[in-house]
Amino acid sequence: MTDIKPIDCDVHPSITDIRQLLPHLEDYWRDSVEERGIGSLESSSYPPNAPITARPDFRGKNGYAATTAEELGAQVFDRWGAGTAILNCLYGVQLVYNEDMARAFHRALNDWIAKEWLDRDPRLRASIIVPMQNIEYAVDEIERCARDQRFVQVMVLAMQETPLGRRHHWPIFAAAERHGLPIGIHAGSNYRNPVTSLGWPSHYVEDYTSQAQGFQSQVTSLITEGVFAKYPKLKIVLLESGVTWLPAFLWRFSKFWRGARTEIPWVDRSPSEIVRDNFRLTIQPFDGPSDPDDVERIIDHLRSDDMLLFSSDYPHWQFDGDERMPKGIPQGLRRKILVDNPLATYDRLNSARAGA
Amino acid sequence: MNIEVRQPLRAQKTRYGIVDCDIHPKLTYDEMRPYLSNQWWSHLQTYGLRPRHGFAKTYPMPKITPQAARRDAWPPTGGLPGSDLAFMQQQLLDFYDMDYGIMNPLSPTGQGDQNPDFSAAMAFASNEAQVARWTSREKRLKASVVVPYENPEASKAEIKRRAGNKDYAQVFMLSRTAEAHGRRRYWPIYEAAVEAGLPVGIHVFGYSGWAMTNSGWPSFYIEEMTEHATGQAAVVASMIFEGLFEQYRDLKVVLIESGFGWLPALGWRLDKHWERMRDEVPHVRRPPSEYIREHFWVSTQPMEEAEDPDHVMDAMRWIGFDRILFASDYPHWDFDDPFLALPPSLTEQQRQMIYAGNAKKLYGLG
Repeated sequence: MTDIKPIDCDVHPSITDIRQLLPHLEDYWRDSVEERGIGSLESSSYPPNAPITARPDFRGKNGYAATTAEELGAQVFDRWGAGTAILNCLYGVQLVYNEDMARAFHRALNDWIAKEWLDRDPRLRASIIVPMQNIEYAVDEIERCARDQRFVQVMVLAMQETPLGRRHHWPIFAAAERHGLPIGIHAGSNYRNPVTSLGWPSHYVEDYTSQAQGFQSQVTSLITEGVFAKYPKLKIVLLESGVTWLPAFLWRFSKFWRGARTEIPWVDRSPSEIVRDNFRLTIQPFDGPSDPDDVERIIDHLRSDDMLLFSSDYPHWQFDGDERMPKGIPQGLRRKILVDNPLATYDRLNSARAGA
Repeated sequence: MNIEVRQPLRAQKTRYGIVDCDIHPKLTYDEMRPYLSNQWWSHLQTYGLRPRHGFAKTYPMPKITPQAARRDAWPPTGGLPGSDLAFMQQQLLDFYDMDYGIMNPLSPTGQGDQNPDFSAAMAFASNEAQVARWTSREKRLKASVVVPYENPEASKAEIKRRAGNKDYAQVFMLSRTAEAHGRRRYWPIYEAAVEAGLPVGIHVFGYSGWAMTNSGWPSFYIEEMTEHATGQAAVVASMIFEGLFEQYRDLKVVLIESGFGWLPALGWRLDKHWERMRDEVPHVRRPPSEYIREHFWVSTQPMEEAEDPDHVMDAMRWIGFDRILFASDYPHWDFDDPFLALPPSLTEQQRQMIYAGNAKKLYGLG
């Protein structure tokens, strides 16, 4: 990785207190935070002290990983040599129930990202966090933030109130496609549904591992509802989804499509083909077998060199040491994963480079 | 997957014995009537089945064919597909020269009904009817002990009632339960199954009362069918992380009608994140994939179809050829033909194991 500058497609800034958003809130909501004692909004998808949330050696004295652009850059750019990194902020504004409060917090969060992070390091890019509590508000937020070319993607959580492909979500896809923004689906839930279709599990480790099932449901929904018939250029990036579940999931999904496609006649080609054209995945966690030969087999099962995007998932504890690439990834794929595939996915990274 | 209507041919001798691990007999109310009390018979007439969804007469997702059946599986004598033993013998058991078939009765068995006592009564009647109308007339068929799983104590009693009777091959649950299968409330079922020496078969479907995805209700039957793998993933994870296999070391679980391609990647993912968070689940002493390897079996249908058939062989190797059981899902539309379903590159020994050897060992057949 010494000769090329990787594009890290999934890093997470830490917010330590809701008060950090106060300067970006309208008066009414700033007063509400104070007068109602609105607590900090960390999501239980990532309990602040859980091992997954931040690797021990990434945590500062306050227990948090990078809370500033400088701290994040020291690890992601200086130590690991990335040339660009995309911030996916996981502060739990998506969980808020009041639609107006949700809009206010989403706006504040995106403005905080722009001012406190993007303004402070030109190598940073970010995803627009959108309030799915109200689709009109979500579209408004895309329109508002998309003017800033440093926002390169729209980000939503893997587990939603209703499946993402449902038609009431389509104005979001129209806006994203209009602005050349991929939809990034990141691990996490707004907890409108239990994290399994069998109810609430007992342990956090079940919550985290069930994210992979959430991603599968979203891929199924987006394709069956016909999103790519309507928006053929739309790109979907699965962020922190795990990778190895994808091939066998597509065998199953494509088989049922062949057998029961009369139910969804607008899907006129195999889900496997649609996924290879329109979906991308970040590589951490890979969730692979321990034998590198088996990893190579799984890569072969993907039947595409274009789908994987480099990510460290900083500061989540997905690996030890500095080797961010899973063992067994073929040498010939590395450059594509590190640079070429991210550039082919995120249009705005190309224009930003050209303009830089 | 919709097969052409096939003329009944003379019985064809296969080179392998076949044990079909997923056959669906359609029990009728008339068959169950003798084993229901007047009170429950009246209840059934008046209020009907009340699974955890909103339709009084049909399913949330309409099937892709009537009764989700093969179009040629409607008995010439009338009645629903799977309801006529002679036609099943002709079309399945004799046609493929099968050694054994495991029966997994679905609705109207009352599993997951909102009324736990009614569910227990229906399970009892289902188990009586399977023997009276099916296994006593056809020795190749084995019954499954239908349990009213949302009523674990009644389930335990039902298993004890059938223990030792060789007509029953396994305890039968559905995949979509009100809580995930590993939760303590269901442990009496597993305890009784282990005591009776019976594997627990978990067949896809049922209605948990929760949405079919962790993002809410999908729109399409294709989604429901695809989601069965995600539901079974939650089943496996729950059973492991609750410590079930530390408590019941002889427990054997068969995952039915969920395919198998998804299982290796689930094992890798659970291993990785268990390693990171094992302090949360100290009762889980070994990597999850080891419990999967020791305690789980999978049935083949719907057979995985990768674009490159070698990829299916990889998945089988990762699971273990000794854990894979042939299943046809007769009489349903996505029936897998025993002559055509398995990958051609299996060795003779692997083929023999999957067709019959593994199932005979697991279920203690002939």
